[in-house]
Amino acid sequence: MAIMKCPSSVNLSQDFSALGGICQTIRTYACRPVNRANPSPIFFTHSSLRISRCSASVLSVTMEEEKEQAFDAGKAALLVKELRKSFSSGKTKSYEWRAAQLQSISKMIDEREKEIIQALQLDLSKPELEAFVSEISMTKSSCQKALKDLKHWMAPEKVSTSITTYPSSAEIVSEPFGVVLIISTWNYPFLLSLDPVIGAIAAGNAIVLKPSEIAPATSSLLSRLLSEYVDRSTIRVVEGAVPETSALLDQKWDKIFYTGSTRVGYIVMAAAAKHLTPVVLELGGKCPAIIDSNINLEVAARRILAGKWACNNGQACIAIDYIVTTRSFAPKLVAALQLTLEEFFGKNPLESQDICRIVNLYHFKRLAKLLDEDGTSDKIVLGGQRDENKLRIAPTILLDVPEDSLIMQEEIFGPLLPILTVDNIEDSFHMINSKPKPLAAYLFSDNDGLQKQFVQNISAGGMLINDTVLHLTVPTLPFGGVGESGMGAYHGKFSFDAFSHKKGVLYRSFKGDALTRYPPYTPEKQRLLKALISFNIIGIILAILGWSKK
Amino acid sequence: MESENEVVGEMERELEEMRECYRSGGTREASWRKSQLKGLLRLLREREEEIFRALHQDLGKHPVEAYRDEIGSLIKSVNYALDGLKRWIAGNKAKLPRIALLMNAKIVPEPLGLVLVISSWNFPIGLSLEPLIGALAAGNAVVLKPSELAPECSSLLANAIPLYLDDKAVKVIQGGPGIAERLLHRKWDKIFFTGSARIGRKVIAAAAEHLTPVTLELGGKCPAVIDTLSSSFDRKVAVQRVLGAKFSSSAGQACIGVDYVLVEKKFSSALVELMKVAMKKMFGENPRESRSVTRIVNKHHFLRLRSHLLDPLVKSSIVYGGLMDEENLFIEPTILMDPPLQAAIMMDEIFGPLLPIVTLNKIEDSIEFISSRPKPLAIYVFTKDESLRRNMVSKTSSGSVVFNDAIIQYLADTLPFGGIGESGMGRYHGKFSFDTFSHQKAVVRRSFLVDFWFRFPPWNDHKLQLFRSSYHYDYLGIVLTVLGLKRTNGVPKSI
Repeated sequence: MAIMKCPSSVNLSQDFSALGGICQTIRTYACRPVNRANPSPIFFTHSSLRISRCSASVLSVTMEEEKEQAFDAGKAALLVKELRKSFSSGKTKSYEWRAAQLQSISKMIDEREKEIIQALQLDLSKPELEAFVSEISMTKSSCQKALKDLKHWMAPEKVSTSITTYPSSAEIVSEPFGVVLIISTWNYPFLLSLDPVIGAIAAGNAIVLKPSEIAPATSSLLSRLLSEYVDRSTIRVVEGAVPETSALLDQKWDKIFYTGSTRVGYIVMAAAAKHLTPVVLELGGKCPAIIDSNINLEVAARRILAGKWACNNGQACIAIDYIVTTRSFAPKLVAALQLTLEEFFGKNPLESQDICRIVNLYHFKRLAKLLDEDGTSDKIVLGGQRDENKLRIAPTILLDVPEDSLIMQEEIFGPLLPILTVDNIEDSFHMINSKPKPLAAYLFSDNDGLQKQFVQNISAGGMLINDTVLHLTVPTLPFGGVGESGMGAYHGKFSFDAFSHKKGVLYRSFKGDALTRYPPYTPEKQRLLKALISFNIIGIILAILGWSKK
Repeated sequence: MESENEVVGEMERELEEMRECYRSGGTREASWRKSQLKGLLRLLREREEEIFRALHQDLGKHPVEAYRDEIGSLIKSVNYALDGLKRWIAGNKAKLPRIALLMNAKIVPEPLGLVLVISSWNFPIGLSLEPLIGALAAGNAVVLKPSELAPECSSLLANAIPLYLDDKAVKVIQGGPGIAERLLHRKWDKIFFTGSARIGRKVIAAAAEHLTPVTLELGGKCPAVIDTLSSSFDRKVAVQRVLGAKFSSSAGQACIGVDYVLVEKKFSSALVELMKVAMKKMFGENPRESRSVTRIVNKHHFLRLRSHLLDPLVKSSIVYGGLMDEENLFIEPTILMDPPLQAAIMMDEIFGPLLPIVTLNKIEDSIEFISSRPKPLAIYVFTKDESLRRNMVSKTSSGSVVFNDAIIQYLADTLPFGGIGESGMGRYHGKFSFDTFSHQKAVVRRSFLVDFWFRFPPWNDHKLQLFRSSYHYDYLGIVLTVLGLKRTNGVPKSI
């Protein structure tokens, strides 16, 4: 893949926090946090929808304020039909179309940066720098990488045919699937919407993007910006919540790319099954971090913080969910984390402008419930303060919560960090393997043997040793889950591949047939075959198919 | 009812034991994988006669055909896997920019766990063992459910596999739709299915219950486009290859067999004449006696095929063959000229020795004809016209495209084999089989050295401004700097 000539345009970057994540479905309340009292009016087309919690099929929804006509299955069908027509015209297959769309997105990010940062501020109180780095820069670099490598990705891959003697040549041609649906999520609402869109464009598909209604400002911004900057006849944004999503999922797509919760992942896959549609599911899971005792604790503490609270305040699918360390080391670790937390976020983290808030009241209450459970609430060793009005919860560390507590059963997706202790650090492997496979697993250790065992014994989407989160900035690595944490992978060339069908194309000449290949299967042919069996097998197949050199 | 529960309980226990066996880590060892592949090789060599016999009993398949399509191609694939195994297991180093300091990144393939392979009856040995090769090479525990419609082959596999492979990690479970259904509702780490699109939908729906990734190898109506070739040699070869791919691969009962032929009207009668001559050569005056044509697998399929021909408009389009022998489940290789496009024979996958020829005004119309129908597993095009070639590749969509031949893509280890849309999802063969049964795990290692104060909060305008100006809006650089992967000109707080 890209070999860099100039170090200033490095291809290492992609997704500092493509922290997919988890719209632990879906309940938005009309009430807004006080610090967002004066939102710009354009941002709220869905400001008051109320959805009861349950699986999509039985969600009851009351749209209290509806500005547009409802987007129902009929409208969705029309939309797909229209896009299918545009796709059939073949325009999306050209290099020019793909490059032009990617350039437009790149331009859009440059020109509208302020609005993007503002939307993220409204949706998540995301600190400007975090927004700039983890959403804007990541998206932009993903776009630049695609533009730079597009020609190379699109070129058919010549392969040697293993049967070397026969006159033929073969190549693998990447062709677009067709009309694809991308459903994104709210925690990195800009990046996680556009990153797959970039892959889908690069691969030459027509696209419908459904951003998350839980980040309404970004959703509406994406809708406006994309219609302004990219080809409207092939790339569309549909805004909305569960009814809109259900209407979309009822349609036949050629590929569905979903980022969000495992629970909704089931619904998406079941819907896809009806039309034999392949899916990529970017889900989450409880990502563990194992902390050995032989480490540079100061550095480790900073990196742990970077992978938890400085990472959308833990609302990220690859954020550390829980820590496993040895009993004897735990107090030192807690002390170091405490020190670093103060350094990063000050004495009163509820007031810090450097940390995101909880996305909405539903999630705030969900997190509060995890904290308040009997048997958990008395395990808090640091933090625990919260402010419901501002939707803020202080970075909170819990020591030795019971394994059957709620907080250890579901993905936390917030600023709570349980630390579990074991006698020997190796015991952590068993603990992690007894849970569903996570999207990421982290280890901090200088012990080579332990590192090796970690890689061998733990199954996870990806793993990172002695740091957090940054493995997904490497575009030469696939990013995606396994088991409960998802299926399929993307980033860099993998994004292109995720949205491409790999078509085997074989060219043969008319020459070189032997009669043995065709009936009648005479005794002579059988004898020839038997004789050949004792020789090399390729030779036999060649003889049968008539590819021998004669 | 009791006994049924017992069966289910027994299956449950067996699967739990297999999971336990997988967890113990034995199947991950390269040595285990190698020994299993070698076991397969031994099975194929030592049980060859039995396999010939079973294939003959189930399908009347001739040993030459059986060797070419099943045993021989399997031996080739096992050898290919044995040859590549060490390289495949080792994974790939991911390229990193030079300035990514003290960091290394790898893609480590890891087995998925306990996987289910459901195969079909038309190549009952080949389509069972070909995916098994990939699953074993990737280090999985495997349950194989062969098709009950090829009972001799199914029981041969069930009896032989435990003798040659690790019976704790590889099991054959025989049975019909009931057993298949029961298996499908268990939790698997991957399901690999070969069969019809109808059952494929059930498989993926069941897989969705447990978020299990699936590979579906389905079929579809694979067209063969025959251009008006000028050289009589080319014509003859094209005809031979099309007929071979239709009638002499399981009598058209193959997912990549030719389903129908597209040809220009003005060439059609010459083509039929050429076909008639070639058919006589291949199958003689009395094909039923030739033993070179596989029979129809069972009564159900025989009746299905016969019903195609019962449609009077279809029947009247027969230009060659048409003879049927219900008792022996034999259908003569049959050619039809322009049957109605709305007839079932042109709507459904034929999967039998009936070959409709559809005429077009211009051969270029074949592109529109093909792309207005569900995406087939393969498109075969016999032409020397460069622009037709180019357009066929870029304007139609299919699992694969083969020029001037048919079916042989199945043997090319370096090409992905798999469908798109109605013809399936996922791919296998060669290294692709290994990948299909592996998770590509990204693994990054860092040292504790080198972190910069830019990377961490508290954020302030100064930091942001610094990023912007020092990188001249080079976004990649910014991300790198924040992550501590790139040296900056500013003097960072030392570590």
